[in-house]
Amino acid sequence: MALLEIKGLKAYYGQIEALHGFDMDLEEGEITAVLGANGAGKTTTLRAICGMVKASGTITVEGENVVGMSTEAIVARHKIAHVPEGRGTFVRVSTEENLRLGAFTRRDKEIEKDYERVYHYFPRLKERRNQQAGTLSGGEQQMLAVGRALMLRPKIMLLDEPSFGLAPIITEELFKILGKINKEEGVSMLVVEQNANLALEISKDAYLLETGNVAMTGPADKIMDDEQVRKSYLGY
Amino acid sequence: MDLFIEQTVSGLASGAIYACLALAVVMIYQAIDHFNFAQGEMAMFSTYIAWYLMDDAGLGLPFWIAFVVCIIVSFIGGAAIERIVFAPISDAPVLSHIIVFIALFSMFNSLAGFLFDFTPKQFETPFGHTPLIDGVISAHRAGMVVVTLIMLAMIYAFFRYTPIGLAMRAAAAAPESARLVGIRVGFMLALGWGLAAAVGSVAGMLIAPITFLTPDMMLGTLLYGFAGAVVGGLTSPLGAVIGGFLVGILENWMGTFIVGSQLKLTVALVLIIVVLLVKPAGLLGRVVVKRV
Repeated sequence: MALLEIKGLKAYYGQIEALHGFDMDLEEGEITAVLGANGAGKTTTLRAICGMVKASGTITVEGENVVGMSTEAIVARHKIAHVPEGRGTFVRVSTEENLRLGAFTRRDKEIEKDYERVYHYFPRLKERRNQQAGTLSGGEQQMLAVGRALMLRPKIMLLDEPSFGLAPIITEELFKILGKINKEEGVSMLVVEQNANLALEISKDAYLLETGNVAMTGPADKIMDDEQVRKSYLGY
Repeated sequence: MDLFIEQTVSGLASGAIYACLALAVVMIYQAIDHFNFAQGEMAMFSTYIAWYLMDDAGLGLPFWIAFVVCIIVSFIGGAAIERIVFAPISDAPVLSHIIVFIALFSMFNSLAGFLFDFTPKQFETPFGHTPLIDGVISAHRAGMVVVTLIMLAMIYAFFRYTPIGLAMRAAAAAPESARLVGIRVGFMLALGWGLAAAVGSVAGMLIAPITFLTPDMMLGTLLYGFAGAVVGGLTSPLGAVIGGFLVGILENWMGTFIVGSQLKLTVALVLIIVVLLVKPAGLLGRVVVKRV
């Protein structure tokens, strides 16, 4: 059984149905890409997993259905770390306090040690540890968002457009580090991306969403070779 | 010169009260973006509770025990107000919030009069009213400043150095991100209201020995508190505290040397207007830019 199993997922904004009942799996230890145009439902899918939109269907994490649970409970119980669109930085507090907040639900004694783990992946954050997080550059804030997620010691990381607003070279570096985190920490990842090329490169499987439904799914390399996908999303 | 020193020092003492109220107002403003117009009435009602705890007709407890019990009761009451009254309307428009603030204001005001009647009551001070330094400051006013400073230092340490304090700041500033790291935002908001009510109760208990205890005792004081909050900056708790002290001193200087004591309250209102015209963000506040 997959670590995260979605069956018949529908999600609603008020009266409007944004997701129309699809299935999606995330296997343990793997990276899965979720691609699609604006408004296809990528962000909504991630928000549904975290209990931040009204949803129906089942979302099973480690054998337990989380639909209807509160966001705080899902985060604390199933170790799902959501790196939101726009990074969600706590701008008025320091870099290190942002990391501390990532570990808010943990009660163990290793939190201090885990700062160093984050700094090992993102040395720049160490230089900025006492700086107010709102003054970091866009790339640094994205690294901080991933670092904050890492502080949960997550089983699953949900990444919403990590490349958003970043220079290409920084995006590439970030994806390299994401791949490294996936291997070294064994964190499974669901990555929503507009930058389909990069996402497919580090993923094993991929889903293509269109207006609230799964239009196509399969191994990432197969999706990358599909002519329709190449024309619509990869631009060559 | 003596008069100047005396007025400055006594301004500091009333400034301590304004600083408490300004801080309470700013704490709630940070969390829900609205001014709590009922903050003063909540503090007044807390003070009546303290009076009841101390008075011989009530429970007859010693001052400091009543002081602590009153802070705890106010904390619980403030948190309950958030959960019962404000949590359900958190998405409602600004006007709904204002109406509820006004409703709370008149509820507490009439309830205090109904329960404890409207005649002014003496409120005990543990410090006594004898002059501490002759002609400069009374023991009670000095006690006001000391108690306030101790409390402010504790609150600063709480927000600065404890995980819960950090989580409360995070929940107020970025509720969505806070939920994503597992912070129960509603719980933190209730804690914030509780703390604000507790701070207000201290202000009430400290000023009541000077003003006497009446249901209307906080009307003017809250205006000075608002002025302090605006002067210091609504987005900065430290600014609000400094603003509160500044307003206390300015009020006395203006009242004594320039406009006379009749127009003291006007000074506070003029100050609010001038600050909003000249530097809307206040002394330490920052201009908040919202992405739309």
